[in-house]
Amino acid sequence: MAEEKIKKVSIIVSQGSLDGVYPGLIMANGARMEGIEANLFFTFFGLNALHKKMIKKLRISTVGNPALNMAMPMLKFPITTPFPTLMGILPGVSNFASWMMKNEMERLDVPPVDEFLEMISDAGGNIYACKLAMDMFKLKKEDLVDEVQEVLTVGQFYEKAGGGAILFT
Amino acid sequence: MAEKTLAGKTVQVDDEGFLVNPDDWTEDMAPELAKEIGIDELTDKHWEVIRFMRKDFAEKGQIPSIRRMKNAGGIPTKDLYAMFPEGPAKKAAYIAGLGKPHGCV
Repeated sequence: MAEEKIKKVSIIVSQGSLDGVYPGLIMANGARMEGIEANLFFTFFGLNALHKKMIKKLRISTVGNPALNMAMPMLKFPITTPFPTLMGILPGVSNFASWMMKNEMERLDVPPVDEFLEMISDAGGNIYACKLAMDMFKLKKEDLVDEVQEVLTVGQFYEKAGGGAILFT
Repeated sequence: MAEKTLAGKTVQVDDEGFLVNPDDWTEDMAPELAKEIGIDELTDKHWEVIRFMRKDFAEKGQIPSIRRMKNAGGIPTKDLYAMFPEGPAKKAAYIAGLGKPHGCV
């Protein structure tokens, strides 16, 4: 017997690196593609991805990321090749890794973050920012891209998320 | 493999009703396929989408993504969702006889 279909999902994005932001965007967009209602709630460092001046500058974290060996096949090395964290601090390494991931995403027809937010918004997905994190980082709504519908408190977020699943990324 | 009759022709379909062979499809099958999934009338805008998908599939060998329909086909994402509610990529591919899209975006 078929399982009950998911009708609504609310996804919290709490990280502001390129690799931290994409999973939530892909899940939200994928939900809309299946006719599932989707909310995105950006909090803490996740707000970096909504900032007009930062949205095109998101980067991969090359320090303290012991799974970076997974990027090695993109450079034609085996996936088991370690990526020493000390290399991650060298100038240009994070930029290079970010550039490489962006290229790979483009090849797979995954849009850059700004275009992705626009697509999700056009698809009827709702994009919200967290009030507490906004206050902490001294941000105003006008600092954020136009796709952001509202700045919400945690309580308001739970109201919007009512009756659906919540994912934390 | 299941079969069904569309516009007087018998075609193979998968268990979700998608055409198995895109070459079996003809334009007069589209209105019947659309009705099956709750779209009663195909407007010129719907046809613009269907024809772009068929053309792009013929050229590239894969079903265009929503992003490709926007960037290469000039079809705004908002319009796509309005025309094919609750799953535009799948629904449009269904009507265009292209099989089920397998991309994640």
